[in-house]
Amino acid sequence: MAVALETRNLQREFGALRATDNVSFRLERGARHALIGPNGAGKTTFINLLTGVLTPTAGSIYLDGVDITRTKREQRVHKGLARTFQINQLFAALTPLETIGLAVSERMGGGRDWWRPTGSKREIVDEVVEIAERFHLVDELELKTSTLAYGKQRLLEIAVAFACRPRVLLLDEPAAGVPEGDRHEILAAVASLPRDVSVLLIEHDMDLVFSFAERISVLVNGALFKEGSVDEIAADPEVKAVYLGEGDDD
Amino acid sequence: MTATEETAMTIGLAAEPASAGHHPAPATAARVVAALKRRRRWRPLEAVFWAATLASVLLLPSKHLILNEIAILGLFALSLDLILGFAGVISLGHAAFFGVGAYCAGLVATHGITEPLAGLAAAAALTALLGWATSYLVLRGTDLTRLMVTMGIALILGELANQMAWLTGGADGLQGIMMGPVAGWFEFDLFGTTAYAYSLSVLFVLFLAARRITNSPFGLSLLSIRDNPLRAAAVGVPVNGRLVQVYTLAAAYAGVAGALLAQTTQFVSVDVLEFHRSADVMLILIIGGTGYLYGGLVGAVLFKLLQDMLAGFTPQYWHFWIGIFLIALVLVGRERMVGGVAAAVRRLARRT
Repeated sequence: MAVALETRNLQREFGALRATDNVSFRLERGARHALIGPNGAGKTTFINLLTGVLTPTAGSIYLDGVDITRTKREQRVHKGLARTFQINQLFAALTPLETIGLAVSERMGGGRDWWRPTGSKREIVDEVVEIAERFHLVDELELKTSTLAYGKQRLLEIAVAFACRPRVLLLDEPAAGVPEGDRHEILAAVASLPRDVSVLLIEHDMDLVFSFAERISVLVNGALFKEGSVDEIAADPEVKAVYLGEGDDD
Repeated sequence: MTATEETAMTIGLAAEPASAGHHPAPATAARVVAALKRRRRWRPLEAVFWAATLASVLLLPSKHLILNEIAILGLFALSLDLILGFAGVISLGHAAFFGVGAYCAGLVATHGITEPLAGLAAAAALTALLGWATSYLVLRGTDLTRLMVTMGIALILGELANQMAWLTGGADGLQGIMMGPVAGWFEFDLFGTTAYAYSLSVLFVLFLAARRITNSPFGLSLLSIRDNPLRAAAVGVPVNGRLVQVYTLAAAYAGVAGALLAQTTQFVSVDVLEFHRSADVMLILIIGGTGYLYGGLVGAVLFKLLQDMLAGFTPQYWHFWIGIFLIALVLVGRERMVGGVAAAVRRLARRT
């Protein structure tokens, strides 16, 4: 099967701490793949390496077979790699309309335009509305992001990343901190992502992992510890010992 | 494992479609477009503001000299607002561009090109180049390093202007600036009327351009950088590239402001590059507010009136009072102060 995203011997040290330890990982095209691991396993560091927030000390990263190890962050986005953040990273003073519109317009190179008023390109507006409908944000489009309910902000997190039209989407704990009653909206949004988007889900929440993922990789102390199908991982005694054992309190 | 039951439940929920069919509702799209148009429409208060400035040309002939200073200060503050209010780049050395613009326009005139607009163009080009070149120093690092680096650049330029007396006149200032008529037609006069009308026209044109630019997709990307550079990069905004562009633009604006000062006062002193210029323009923005383009203009009016008034009754100690005012402004908060004054005005209006 074709590989959408791959790392080879990826390594990152912070002083003496090896946060990412020789990780060779493959995300198949169209995959629903989860990356799990106990706290401090290096999941977020791994995402930051993939997206270019951090540079690796060694190893390389390929997107659709193209080496992107030294590619700038925004260029990776233009090449089709988008992410969400575990802790909301939104534009507090902007509206969801502006936020999603920014992502769509940047994808089309609109940000180089100094003179055209925003909203004057109908295809951008149409796409923003379409995305807002998909993520249940139509009624919130013109509200300031900082005033939105937390669950809606989490939806916007995914909506903005989706607006970049990624081929590979990295979801960093999309349901983190969302109250029980609002979770289904997030789960539904994640579940209904189109199949041509390959998804890597970084998650703590085992319900979400088991409901969504088809394959699971387990990261422990920065290194890939196990990889397999959902059933294999769920049945693996070693995984249970390092991860599920401490994690089934919910 | 009890999680299996819960899992089944989640799958059931997850299977529910996020939305039925993805054709955007035309009504929503129309609403969105209307909302965006409404946002950039001219507000009545804006019309009042510009009508008042126009009226000041006709009705306050004895005040044109100070009004000219206010217009120049307003343009200078607008320039700082472009980087601080719209892109979140803080600077304590914005006088670097103001001063270089002033010297450039002055030198162009003393070297025989007396057409004011040519001087403006030269100052804009030179300061844009300087802004572009120094942006790479300024944009690295945090707010604190930016404060230090911008301040450092302005200090270096100030000392250079002081030492290069053969070019700048040094501590004596650049003298002998003779300006021709604006656009070959409007001669400068003793009362500052042409000067004020000229500065105000330049301010208005550059304000219109800034208004247009800040409402563009480019302007939107600046706001996103101001709010969250990490996320801006994650949606594909080339953060540094955009900051270089707006810093270059703001530098040119400040350069034009400096050039206007040189041309309308026909003198440049080393004071144009001094630290207090950078600090004053920051104060003006703090007084007027950032990120809505009028902050610098309103702030410049208030700052200059306050300075004038305070200097009137305590000529030597006006800094003391302006200090008190600033502390009060920051402690009480501009919104509350403005809101309090507005409420008091409303109460008075009701009583009468």
